[in-house]
Amino acid sequence: MSFALIAEQILNGVQFGIMLFLMAAGLTLIFGVMGLINLAHGSLFMVGAFAAAAVAGATGSFLLALLAALTAAAIAGALVELVVIRRLYGKDHLDQVLATFALILIFSEGTRWLFGSFPLYLSIPSYLSGPISLPGGIEYSLYRTALIAAGLVIALGLGLMITRTRIGVQVRAGENDREMIAALGIDISKLYTLIFALGAALAGLAGALVGAIQSVQVGMGEPVLILAFVVIVIGGIGSIKGALIGSILVGLTDTLGSVFLPQALRLVMDASSATAVGSSIASMAIYILMGVVLIWRPTGLFGARF
Amino acid sequence: MIKERHLNMALIVVCVVIPVWAHLADEPFIITLMTRAAIFALAAVGLNIALGLGGLVSLGHAAFFGLGGYAMGISAFHAQTFTPVAEWPFLIEGTKSMPAIWLISVAVSAFAATIVGILSLRTSGVYFIMITLAFGQMFFYFSISWPTYGGEDGLSVYVRNGFPGLNTLDPIQFFMICFAILVAALALASRLARSPFGLALNAARQAPQRVETVGLDPNRLKLVAFVISGAMTGLAGALFADLNRFVSPAMFSWQLSGEIMVFVIIGGVGRLFGPVAGALVFVTLEHLLGGFSEFWHVHLGVLLLLVVLFGRGGLIGMICGREGSHD
Repeated sequence: MSFALIAEQILNGVQFGIMLFLMAAGLTLIFGVMGLINLAHGSLFMVGAFAAAAVAGATGSFLLALLAALTAAAIAGALVELVVIRRLYGKDHLDQVLATFALILIFSEGTRWLFGSFPLYLSIPSYLSGPISLPGGIEYSLYRTALIAAGLVIALGLGLMITRTRIGVQVRAGENDREMIAALGIDISKLYTLIFALGAALAGLAGALVGAIQSVQVGMGEPVLILAFVVIVIGGIGSIKGALIGSILVGLTDTLGSVFLPQALRLVMDASSATAVGSSIASMAIYILMGVVLIWRPTGLFGARF
Repeated sequence: MIKERHLNMALIVVCVVIPVWAHLADEPFIITLMTRAAIFALAAVGLNIALGLGGLVSLGHAAFFGLGGYAMGISAFHAQTFTPVAEWPFLIEGTKSMPAIWLISVAVSAFAATIVGILSLRTSGVYFIMITLAFGQMFFYFSISWPTYGGEDGLSVYVRNGFPGLNTLDPIQFFMICFAILVAALALASRLARSPFGLALNAARQAPQRVETVGLDPNRLKLVAFVISGAMTGLAGALFADLNRFVSPAMFSWQLSGEIMVFVIIGGVGRLFGPVAGALVFVTLEHLLGGFSEFWHVHLGVLLLLVVLFGRGGLIGMICGREGSHD
């Protein structure tokens, strides 16, 4: 197995992880600040992808499509927060799970009603298609490289926003003491809507970016949502750093597992059963990783200690 | 206000009268719908033991439902192809006998629930929800990527499994089997809630520290509840597979986990008959709304949202008032 192939798979894993990070960051912020578990986050991912595909189809511009994804998801997020989510903050997790499960049903069927059951396609713009030569003689997809770069920039921006800006101070204060921040004269409900819309916009952006390398269809958000949950369990709730490291761990484990496990098993068994057994085990690899982290650190790598 | 006991009796009567009427009127489809409702109710009675009694919000119960289904599918597959399930370490033959399949399903799903429970119970609250959901998804992907038993396409069983002395292919007789198991499960759940174990579990949900102070391990109580719950849902999965004579990875899907939870919630959390009411309403809505709109899940979503936001205590809570509920 060549160095180039290994490097390419590692980059694929990192790219997958970075996209998971965009989902997990929003989820973990929303949980950290509002104490809310939001199953409908995957629907916002889908909304972003559909908005991007529709706008790209109408205008042909990829940048406009990304802008549309951000806006549509942010607006959908803000609306959902104002109409439904706001009523759930004081309730227990069971009610939050059910209400957001209901939102998934409404979003998915609503999208199917608007766009039909057939998948849409969003194509990579010409200036981002084709390969790029990376140091070390590796040829890699330019678009995926751009995804990694964009994701890292967003991660850095989020980190700076949380640690350096006034909003960030309010977010951290909101995580620690909700009553106190309200007593200091900050409009907490406006802050909540803002954070929810920000998380939604990140999910929508991820949906649009991923939509260009896979098909845009109803139900595309939930598998990603569940992987983002695995990321949060591994990284620790409420921690952006944990979300970033957890995402990349999950991305690498999933990608490298599905490529290299069957090949490694080929050393000890015949080719066809190695492929079958290898891919079955690889499909469970990230959950096994999650189990190991749970045994070792039940609150995640960067979660608060009890 | 109607007494909850009377409402429960009415629900049982509905579950018997409708299929018997459908049998006399020669409407086998209605019997099949009622069988579906009874099986869903059984799965939800199982979940309600973890959720209502133990306060464990498990969003991964489809894993046990699917395992029960595949236990049936794999046993019957080997019986109909006359191949052994395993030759090593000892010979295991496939089987087409329902009681044997039920035992296997219960054992397999109880074993899986033990592993998932031990790992998930290291945490609580929102972590628990995410972890059970994730483990459910693990079984889903495993069933898709494992080619031996059909992979993504699932597994068909050509003839429904047999029960000694009954013709299981007759809809009303198969319904009666499912209904009898549902009644047994309800009796068990009711006994469990009033037993010392159930009372301790109830206390462990409300005040784990106090339970620990009197010398009981709250996590062990919750684990036992989770295992019983998973085993019951697994049994429902085996019956569901027999109803459809087909198993597929869809039985493991997270939507199904959500739906089983919806049965419990629409009916009323912690109410003995909540799951029965919820499953009946769900199957009725699925049939009526599904007939007039392709997008009936929107209506279900809105209904669910209204029940969560405004109707505390589910249907049974709305009809009977709050007294007698667990919280």
